Amino acid sequence: MSSNRTIVTEPDPIFGRLTLDSIPYEDPIIMTTFTVVAIGGLGLIGSILYFGKLKYLWDEWLTSVDHKKIGIMYVIVAMIMLFRGFSDALLMRSQQAVAVASESGAGYLPPEHYDQIFTAHGVIMIFFVAMPLIVGLMNIVVPLQIGARDVAFPFLNSLSFWLFVSGALLMNISLFVGEFAATGWLAYPPLSGIEYSPWVGVDYWLWALQISGIGTLLTGINFVVTILRMRAPGMTLMKMPVFTWTSFCANVLIVVAFPILTVSITLLTLDRYIGTHFFTGDMGGNQMMYVNLIWAWGHPEVYILILPAFGVFSEVTATFSRKRLFGYDSLVWATVCIMLMSFLVWLHHFFTMGAGANVNAFFGIATMIISIPTGVKIFNWLFTMYKGRVEYSASMWWTISFLLTFTIGGMTGVMLAIPAADFVLHNSLFLVAHFHNVIIGGSLFGYFAGITYWWPKATGFTLNENLGKWACGLWTVGFFMAFMPLYVLGFMGMTRRLNYYDNPVWNNWLLVAGAGAIIVLCAIGVQFYQMFASIRDQKSNRDWTGDPWNARTLEWSTSSPPPFYNFALLPEVRDRDHWTDMKELGLAYKKPTKYQRVHMPKNTWAGVVIGGASLVLGFAMVWWIWWLAILGSAAMLGAWVIYAFEDNKDYYVEVDEIEAIEGKRYADLDRVNTKAINYQESDATTISV
Amino acid sequence: MLFRYKNWLRLPLLLVSLLLLSGCEEFALFDPKGPVAEEQQWLIIVSFAIMLIVVIPVLIMSLWFPYKYRSDNTSEEYLPNWEHSNKIEFIVWTVPILIIVALGILTYITSHSLDPRKPIESDKPTMVIQVVAMDWKWLFIYPEHGIATVNEMAMVVDQPVEFLITSDATMNSFFIPNLGSMIYAMSGMENRLHLMASEPGTYKGMSTNYSGFGFSGMKFNAIASSQAEFNSWVKEARNSKNLLTKEAFKSLQVKSRDVKPMYFNNPNPLLFSDIIEHYTGGLNVE
Repeated sequence: MSSNRTIVTEPDPIFGRLTLDSIPYEDPIIMTTFTVVAIGGLGLIGSILYFGKLKYLWDEWLTSVDHKKIGIMYVIVAMIMLFRGFSDALLMRSQQAVAVASESGAGYLPPEHYDQIFTAHGVIMIFFVAMPLIVGLMNIVVPLQIGARDVAFPFLNSLSFWLFVSGALLMNISLFVGEFAATGWLAYPPLSGIEYSPWVGVDYWLWALQISGIGTLLTGINFVVTILRMRAPGMTLMKMPVFTWTSFCANVLIVVAFPILTVSITLLTLDRYIGTHFFTGDMGGNQMMYVNLIWAWGHPEVYILILPAFGVFSEVTATFSRKRLFGYDSLVWATVCIMLMSFLVWLHHFFTMGAGANVNAFFGIATMIISIPTGVKIFNWLFTMYKGRVEYSASMWWTISFLLTFTIGGMTGVMLAIPAADFVLHNSLFLVAHFHNVIIGGSLFGYFAGITYWWPKATGFTLNENLGKWACGLWTVGFFMAFMPLYVLGFMGMTRRLNYYDNPVWNNWLLVAGAGAIIVLCAIGVQFYQMFASIRDQKSNRDWTGDPWNARTLEWSTSSPPPFYNFALLPEVRDRDHWTDMKELGLAYKKPTKYQRVHMPKNTWAGVVIGGASLVLGFAMVWWIWWLAILGSAAMLGAWVIYAFEDNKDYYVEVDEIEAIEGKRYADLDRVNTKAINYQESDATTISV
Repeated sequence: MLFRYKNWLRLPLLLVSLLLLSGCEEFALFDPKGPVAEEQQWLIIVSFAIMLIVVIPVLIMSLWFPYKYRSDNTSEEYLPNWEHSNKIEFIVWTVPILIIVALGILTYITSHSLDPRKPIESDKPTMVIQVVAMDWKWLFIYPEHGIATVNEMAMVVDQPVEFLITSDATMNSFFIPNLGSMIYAMSGMENRLHLMASEPGTYKGMSTNYSGFGFSGMKFNAIASSQAEFNSWVKEARNSKNLLTKEAFKSLQVKSRDVKPMYFNNPNPLLFSDIIEHYTGGLNVE
């Protein structure tokens, strides 16, 4: 909203650029949201204090280094941010449904507000919904799948999470104090430069992404080391579950790609703060360099989002087809191919920049080559179902819906990869439809399948299956209704990011798309209700065996939820489907005769404190409050130094404590074991037939 | 039974009728008015058709396999440990590879034949139009005719045009859907785009790359007409009393939205290169 505001160029020594005028009082939408958030927030804090849960929250969650709890917290934050990102989507859909006009000011959202909304929508959905969902799932699942007791660097994991939360909070503060970027989610200069975006919007973008991006980079390092160094004895690389493989490749991509983001953002920050000219239009700056750099990160990023989803589908399909995964080797090699190739295609995001024919052809063909291993994966899942016994569980619904949706998205992606066709499809609604088609129909459906599948492992009870199927059905119908019209509109020549348009024919299609968005809203409503109802009915959904789906991999051998040390004794792995192997050999659920003490990390205050200080630093930098920025960085550094000198970071869980926990687990099993064993026998009889 | 399904059938019927009502001329990309757009329409349809070879079987298998091998259908064969087949692996790698080879060849050929820099062959000489993206309007300079216009341009049917494109502000993208290819407009740089209209008409032009609050109104009309009509359009612009002086250009640089077409007479012949030089000139800013 910079256009009707006085922009402070001489910062106050105490308050920087921050004035009372920085709060958008006059916007009823923002002020209503603020009231609701404030009341909700106060209510939440009030009830925590009233029930005396602050200490519990601090001891058990905020300071926790347990990968399972950190994973759950990632998913909770992601679901809250999904709510915000989807509200933005509804605002955009309703604006475009009414804004048929030839002049600016049509509809109910002026460009100054609308343009922030589409920027925020993209940033939130990628960085604060998709990323935490996938990082959360990896946190919950990967250590359990490889038979580890935690990640390699537990404190780093907690720090990653709190840096991410700090970025998300900074992003949300921008809604109420100042403005957010109105530049599109990747903030191309010169538009994002100080000359064209003089106020705080782009600075919020810079610091929110910088802080959470560093968190993600640390996560990447953590998981690469965890997967390489902490696998259970016997688990060679080619015996790792596919979800661990795809997570591994995604984390390698994080380690290689996120530094590019960090550097690009830093250079843009320097341009905006100290007047350098890396990316400005003049003085030797090169805007094309920024576009290249940001996509050199951005393209691997989309594979970071989708590879773990591919892993989820592999686990779910094998489990619910009651069959070994078809073509494990080719699936793994396809994943590795995609990982390597994803660095060779970034230019396809800007064929229309004017590179030569040979350059465009190279990147177009490289992009198409990636579709080969991706296509092979789809065939692998199909042939996993072939000659299986497919059970239509909710996570299988998501998988089949994914196969139908993603195939269409992949096809339109290959069309966009042909440079000469991209010359008319680029920046159109066809492109918008394509990437939603693969990110929703590919990544998001995968995360939902994964959440449904591993929910009992994380919480100890299953999600309501019927409601899950309703959510999947509504999401699928809503998705097709919301995005197929956008393909049509792309062919009609409608551009993305329009605040208003003068073609009444487009309006019909945008109304259909709006109706689709409302169906998706119902789907999200059903999902929240599903979680609420499942938590309410948890006694009847309780998973006593630890293996509610009769699944195949190692994480299902421990209890649900697992004890904080995950495995009392580290398993010895001899097969890819370790747990199926154990069940077939009759070694499952056997109580070991002897336990050993377990070495575990201690909880620490350092992650949450450093994360909090980084929020102070980010906010101070956005508003040019230099003294506070110095204080924030000093607090971060100080907390880190103090933590580094702490001696008391780990401890041993003694044998009697383990015996008590495990004893209870086997007592629970004894009560329900008949069921588990029957499951086994019914499978065994079908094998002999 | 049929009656019950009728209600459900209504929704797709509605959509189909919407599609038909929209009419072909609404589908700008399937209503080409020039050779470039025509080749691109053909390319989109052919690549789509090639991909259907694999997409349709996959969609059918995605429904048929889970249906056929559903858990309560015990009459089908069940092979819980079957996990590898050289025959299937061969097919699932080979078919996509063949399709990508075909599309790859198509990509290579069309990347060259539709290279925006490649001149269009014609008996008539190519007309040069200089295009400047500004906040938030398009400035067209006709160096051969001594005129400049804002948010309206004209060209002669069947005469190739070479657009020289730059920006005096943020990054934009110059696009006339009925005529084909778009290209970015960036400050300090000159991008070249060759297009030709083969039918008379007024076509919509726009920026496709978001460039700020006035972006949605950055539209222009591209008029394709006979030589005579084009000449009288030029004459009209010549007769306009507006001169594109330094001051007039400065007032154009002021941010403005939904700008109506304007005509200017006798622009500075070096205006276009001056605009580019303003950004590349380095430290000698005025």
